[in-house]
Amino acid sequence: MALMSYAQAACAAVGDAMKADANVVVVGEDVGRGGVFQQYRGLQHEFGAARVIDTPISEATIVGAGVGMALAGLKPVVEMRVVDFALCATDEVVNQAAKARYMFGGQGRVPMVIRMPIGLWSGSAAQHSQSLEAWFAHIPGLVVVTPATPQDNYSLLRAAIDCGDPVIYMEHKELWGLQGEVEARPAELGRARVVREGKDLTLVTWSRTLHAALEAKTSKSVEIIDLRTLWPWDRETVFASVKKTGRLLVVHEAVQAAGFGAEIAATVAEELSVPVKRLAAPRIPVGYSRPLEDEARVTAERIAALLR
Amino acid sequence: MASAERAIALFRTMARIRAFENAAEEASRGSVAAFGASLAQSNIRGPLHLSTGQEAVAAGVCINLENDDYVTSTHRGHGHTLAKGASMDAMMAELFGRASGPNRGKGGSMHLADFSVGMLGANGVVADGMPIAVGAAHAIKIREEKRVVACFFGDGAINRGPFLEALNWAAIHALPVLFVCEDNRWSATTATDAMTAGEGALARARAIGVAGVRVDGNDVFAVDAEARRLLSDVRNGRGPRFLHAVTYRFKGHVSVDAAAYRDSAEVSNALANDPLVIAEEALDGAAAARIRKEAEAEVRRAVDVAASAPWPEKGEAYLDIQDTGTAQWR
Repeated sequence: MALMSYAQAACAAVGDAMKADANVVVVGEDVGRGGVFQQYRGLQHEFGAARVIDTPISEATIVGAGVGMALAGLKPVVEMRVVDFALCATDEVVNQAAKARYMFGGQGRVPMVIRMPIGLWSGSAAQHSQSLEAWFAHIPGLVVVTPATPQDNYSLLRAAIDCGDPVIYMEHKELWGLQGEVEARPAELGRARVVREGKDLTLVTWSRTLHAALEAKTSKSVEIIDLRTLWPWDRETVFASVKKTGRLLVVHEAVQAAGFGAEIAATVAEELSVPVKRLAAPRIPVGYSRPLEDEARVTAERIAALLR
Repeated sequence: MASAERAIALFRTMARIRAFENAAEEASRGSVAAFGASLAQSNIRGPLHLSTGQEAVAAGVCINLENDDYVTSTHRGHGHTLAKGASMDAMMAELFGRASGPNRGKGGSMHLADFSVGMLGANGVVADGMPIAVGAAHAIKIREEKRVVACFFGDGAINRGPFLEALNWAAIHALPVLFVCEDNRWSATTATDAMTAGEGALARARAIGVAGVRVDGNDVFAVDAEARRLLSDVRNGRGPRFLHAVTYRFKGHVSVDAAAYRDSAEVSNALANDPLVIAEEALDGAAAARIRKEAEAEVRRAVDVAASAPWPEKGEAYLDIQDTGTAQWR
């Protein structure tokens, strides 16, 4: 057990995975200097430039080469810096990584983790602030993981590296400095966590908005669930909670329209016939100026206002 | 000039590819509603991209590869797959969508792969095999293996971003990959020349620092000799090399495309420059005729085997997607 930041926990996870398996490599821009968020700090010094590989600004080939590495026996952890840049490699993620195992009839697999941080990051405007997790959850062949705490950024990243299939691993850029106690243990992908028990309402969330939900002041007894993995999402835990509370609120930072909250709300409504509601961002690009950016921000106050 | 034995091996591979493509073309009549053709019942469904006329490139490069060397290919990849050593019966079964195909009917022509012979996949997206080839070559380097990668792509690919990215990456890391630009001069239904600025594939490769040569892609002996020389550099750790093989696409973009948009003199000149006929001149005439007959007999058997092979079970549609969560999420 050690006190670590969210970034340090991820770094420890990759380092421990590299110690455990010589086939684990890191591939991406600026990783040798530790990554722009220091989430790879010290790894090139420890494991060498042959395994912590600095690349050109070539997102398509970072992911495409990751597919080739994986088919040839490696377990690459590839870095996209922010999800917005990962769009340059969407073809390689969707048409190659996600499809290889299936379209080759199981002859090859792609055990690759593609890190693409999401979320608002103060003052970063429209091309560095998006939360696009729903896009990837839509694609068969991809696992989608969204850690919210330092412990999960260790445990879920270890699990993602061991997954055997491509994992879209989405850290939140405003959580890098979050501190917490971390134990060096893996978690199971696809398992949600009940963070606070309650009886009036089930609130399902993930990533940064977990913390907003925990801060929201309310007189109601709210059961807060951190989904942790968006695909596959933990229906069992969510259903058990909703059966107890009788209503569901899904909160996320991504745009509400066609967001992943819609999938959860629709599934719960179909299966359990209870009232459902969503709270998420309006369908606007993220503006640069503070008052504009704040319009896209899902805050504890907004959650509290809805709970009243 | 190659030895008599090598010449026969090269010609045999070309004859088998030609026979395979002709049979596949026949089995794909009505395969897709495009280019004015209407849909009909056919054993091969969907777009089928034939490499007829381009056989010398696949044969001349792959004769220089070992079984555990890797190949990445394109949407026009039957020739590369066959030349790399895949079973003709299994390949035809895959095109027929049968469970006995190497992809168990899930890939068809555009995703044909045979990992048992190092063939890491055809590809439905132009240029997308290039980063994959570079990644496989990077894995070889990290794992300190002896293999090399041959990366086939077409002339259309040189106008896509991954061409630049992959060549640059291979060069800065000195990776063991031979880039083979199989230049059939047509990007779907558009002449590549009209869409390409500057001096083309080889000049672009050289500008990135990847050495290479241009070769007559219809002369299998020339392709063999140049590929052997370049692959020797690649195997000796000198980094990537580039082979620009100029050939011609005898058929349309897909099998139902009559390619009437092409100049008839251009096509008749190309047909008079048939790579099989050119190679035959170096062979004993009787031997060449016998090899062609054997190839045709082999492909007839492959068609029969494929036509009677079992279909995939419906449940196969849900297999090999991902382990995490698939059972729960139909």
